Amino acid sequence: MDGKRREVLKTGGGLTLLSLIAAAGWLEPGDARAADWNKAAFEAKTVDETVKALGGSAPAQSKDIVFVSTPDIAENGAVVPIGVTSSIPRTESIAILIEKNPSTLAASFDIPAGTDPAITTRVKMGQSSNVYALVKADGKYYVASKEIKVTLGGCGG
Amino acid sequence: MADPMKIRANVVGDSTEVKVLMSHEMETGQRKDAAGKTIPAWHIQTVSATWNGKIVLTAQWGPAVSKNPFLSFKFKGGAKGDKVQITWVDNKGDKRTDEAVIG
Repeated sequence: MDGKRREVLKTGGGLTLLSLIAAAGWLEPGDARAADWNKAAFEAKTVDETVKALGGSAPAQSKDIVFVSTPDIAENGAVVPIGVTSSIPRTESIAILIEKNPSTLAASFDIPAGTDPAITTRVKMGQSSNVYALVKADGKYYVASKEIKVTLGGCGG
Repeated sequence: MADPMKIRANVVGDSTEVKVLMSHEMETGQRKDAAGKTIPAWHIQTVSATWNGKIVLTAQWGPAVSKNPFLSFKFKGGAKGDKVQITWVDNKGDKRTDEAVIG
C-alpha cells in the first residue's frame, strides 16, 4: 500500500491523491477543507447505513461498552451528556449514533494507542431514542445501546 | 474568529485528564428563522488534540453535538507543565487552536 501511495504522489502530486479519495467515496469534490470528515457517514439516516458508512457491518453486541454519566431521562434534548467507555482491548474508535435524529451519527472519535477508550461529550436529541455506541477494536465492530427519554426536543423548533 | 476554548488538563495518576469547552453555535441546519427560512448548518467538523506534538485524540462531529461543545478524555502520560493543544475546524473552514498547560 505504501508503495502505491508513493507512486501516486510521484505521478500526480496531492491533487491525484485527493481525487482518488473522492472517487473512493470518502468525500465529495469541494469538500477538501475538512478532508477527513466522513460526509457519507454523517448523512446516513439509519443505524445500519451509518455503520456501513463507517466501514463496519453487523456489529456484535458487547457488554464491554458502558454508558457512563448518561441519563435515562433527559429533560433538555439540546444538551444530553453522553459518556462511552469501552473495555474492549485495542479500541480504535468510538462513535455515537442516535437512532431517531435526522442524521444518525452524532460524533465519532479516533482513539490512538495511549489514550483511554473513554470519552464524554454532549449531544442534541430531537426526541426519545435509542442511542448506540459503536466501537471499532482490532478491526472488528461492537455495539451497545441505551434508551434515552427526552422531555423537550433539541432539534428543529 | 471564534471565542477561545476553555481547556483544563490535570494529571490523574499516570494519566492526564483533559476537559474542553468550545465556543461554537453548532447550528444544525434543521431550524428555521422567523421568516421561515432554513438556517444553514454551521458546526464543528473535526477536532484534534495533541500532547507535546503527538496526537492523543481526533474526532469527527456532526451537527448533533450540542452548542458550545464539551469534550473530555484521558490519555496515558503527561506531566505538569506539558502542553496540550486542541484544534477544531468547522464546515465554513473557520478554525481555532488553543493551548493549555497540564496542572
